[in-house]
Amino acid sequence: MKARTGRNWSLALGAGVTACFIAAAALAVFWTPFDPQLLNIVDKLQPPNQHHWLGTDQLGRDVLSLLMAGAKTSVGVALLAVIIGAAAGVPLGLIAAANQGSVDELVMRGNDLIFAFPALLLAILITAVFGPGAVNAVIAIGIFNIPVFARVSRAGALQAWTRDYTLAARVAGKGRWRISWEHILPNLFGLLVVQATIQFSLGVIAEAGLAYVGLGAQPPVPSWGRMLNEAQTLTALAPLLALMPGLAMLSFVLGLNLLGEGLRRGTGRAP
Amino acid sequence: MSEVLRIEDLSVTIAATPIIKNVSLSVAAGEILGLVGASGSGKSMTARAIMQLLPPDAGMSGSVQLRGESLSRMSAVQMQAVRGRDLGMIFQEPMSALNPLMRIGDQVAETVLLHRAVSRRAARAAARAALDQVGLSGEAGALDRLPFELSGGQRQRVAIAMAVVMAPCLLIADEPTTALDVITQAQVLALLRDLAKVRGMGLLLVTHDLAVIAQLTDRVAVMQQGEIVEQGSTAQILYHGRQPYTQSLLAAARLQPKRTGKPRVDAAEVLQVDGVVLDYPRRRRALFSAAAPLRAVDGVSLSIRAGETVGLVGESGSGKSSLLKVILALQKSNHGRVSLLGDVFSVATGTTKKRLRRGIQAVFQDPVGSFDPRWPVERLVAEPFFLLDAPPHAAERSRKVAEMLDQVGMNASDAQRYPHEFSGGQRQRIAIARALITQPAVIAFDEAVSALDVLVREQILLLLAQLAERLNVAYLFVTHDLHVIRAIADRIYIMQRGRIVEEGATESVFNSPQHAYTRALIEATPALPA
Repeated sequence: MKARTGRNWSLALGAGVTACFIAAAALAVFWTPFDPQLLNIVDKLQPPNQHHWLGTDQLGRDVLSLLMAGAKTSVGVALLAVIIGAAAGVPLGLIAAANQGSVDELVMRGNDLIFAFPALLLAILITAVFGPGAVNAVIAIGIFNIPVFARVSRAGALQAWTRDYTLAARVAGKGRWRISWEHILPNLFGLLVVQATIQFSLGVIAEAGLAYVGLGAQPPVPSWGRMLNEAQTLTALAPLLALMPGLAMLSFVLGLNLLGEGLRRGTGRAP
Repeated sequence: MSEVLRIEDLSVTIAATPIIKNVSLSVAAGEILGLVGASGSGKSMTARAIMQLLPPDAGMSGSVQLRGESLSRMSAVQMQAVRGRDLGMIFQEPMSALNPLMRIGDQVAETVLLHRAVSRRAARAAARAALDQVGLSGEAGALDRLPFELSGGQRQRVAIAMAVVMAPCLLIADEPTTALDVITQAQVLALLRDLAKVRGMGLLLVTHDLAVIAQLTDRVAVMQQGEIVEQGSTAQILYHGRQPYTQSLLAAARLQPKRTGKPRVDAAEVLQVDGVVLDYPRRRRALFSAAAPLRAVDGVSLSIRAGETVGLVGESGSGKSSLLKVILALQKSNHGRVSLLGDVFSVATGTTKKRLRRGIQAVFQDPVGSFDPRWPVERLVAEPFFLLDAPPHAAERSRKVAEMLDQVGMNASDAQRYPHEFSGGQRQRIAIARALITQPAVIAFDEAVSALDVLVREQILLLLAQLAERLNVAYLFVTHDLHVIRAIADRIYIMQRGRIVEEGATESVFNSPQHAYTRALIEATPALPA
């Protein structure tokens, strides 16, 4: 028996941390303390002070503003990638579960094909063809989210299809599509929310990774991955420059994972 | 006879709610004590309290003594040694009680190795002896089989072998035959009786089934809401039970909600099934050989007249559920056809199919799984309105749903609630309302009362009898339970291995069964003395 006593601390903590980052990202759309793209060589490499709370980088840009703007990029890319993955993957999973047999095989083997392909290789391929940039990073990450959502929703849907209420709906004359839409999908909701938080956190890491190797958001669009990259040569001189984006990423991903775990426990289902 | 189990003033609370109140019981060596009660009466919790396997938030007071030793004072480690050695237990669901990846001989031997410092070979020998005793050896390699290769009855035998291999002085059996069909049930019950009588083992049999109690036990304790309301010798309780609760259990078990109206022999046939054959594809044996299909339904024909209640009886795996799916046009048959109200239903499409579907609705077995947990009752009951060309909207819909809920003895105010707020019996009422809402000519019931408690089952069957009378709707009742079928059906079909082996008016089939299988079924069904 699973212990369900006590408060769901991981949910509370995860939701709190995630909310902070998303609020920061949302705020960055309208306002940051300084313009994150404003160069100010005179004030370069300042330690944290009352003017620049987290100091400035080698080009004199305000680190806090860069982090907030980076969060905006991060959240935007990860969120769009989750939306692409869910929008394509969930219907595929529902179709596969509703049509046992050849359609199911086709969809799932197609998924295996994407899974079998190294993620970074495809990202490089896409950026090589279409050029690097945040939009192409969204597409690359989104494509890899599709089979994940397809598998999760297929597994959940197959289980839901064994319940008698789907039989009752068939006796009421409803077809597979309508039952999938009216009965199966709403009952997968908890499962999908949990999976979405997990894919979101993976998306944050993937975006930073792509930006780090120069395939993600291009300068001057701020990104945590590129901040890390640029700080690399200065680690001896200004360790905080590498530490700040690293810590931001770590705590955001940790918060998202805690949120996912908390939601999973809260809805009582394992993904 | 020496006493093996004595329980005195046992009380159990879970999260401060009293579950068991001042229960006192005793079981002697070689004695079979039945613990009977409706679900939720605390009988299974009593069994768990004896094993000291209560949930973590439970509190327990009173004493449990096994051969004079107090189990309630033992440490967890001491108790581990007692379980399996002195105390055996078997559960309702034989599949989940066995490790699916372990050979049955090893599973039984494991119990021996846990309790006795013997070699693996000696443990295997003990396991063989125990499996012998439960009638599961003989052919070579019997010990090397895996649980999935066994039938439900065989799995329950393995569970019994595991429980008795150490020759415990007390065996606790919690609904040991509820998941088995009648013929297997009779065999398992006979085995349990032999073990108690021949080996002098005490047996505590926990069940809701008074017929099983009547057949097997020496003494009975009747439990209601955590208390023993009555206990005594089986004959005394069954014939002279004083407590109203005992009386109501007995009345429910003997239930006879016969309708007043006579079976209509002249009414029009509403459903005709003609030579239906259904094959399931089976895995091919060799790479290139054609797969031989599994014939689930083998040329079945039957018919139902307007307002008639027809029973379809067979054990699990006899093909009755597959046949029902064909009748409901949820599954295409390979041959044969199903006609409803004079039109061919099985191959109908589009609007014809929609129109015919209104004529046949269904109620399913699982009162929990039958409803989408996210839909309120009104939407659930109104779901078959999808079949109407002009489904009623808003107020009209609410009014019709309320009317149906009233018909099945629920309140109109229940319409806005969700299925999890209702008990099993209430959910089956809602399921019946959903089936009735298109005013069908036939309603099919797939084991619709099997999951219900005796008392609730009686109420549902009475309701069905009233509805049939009032609305002139015909029922097709698919079940393995002969008690239920005898109480409600006008006519029955007996199904075995995909074929109908016998049909006729209920009483004449019960009184003079023609087919050997029918006779075996009737004989195996435990009966209450009249």
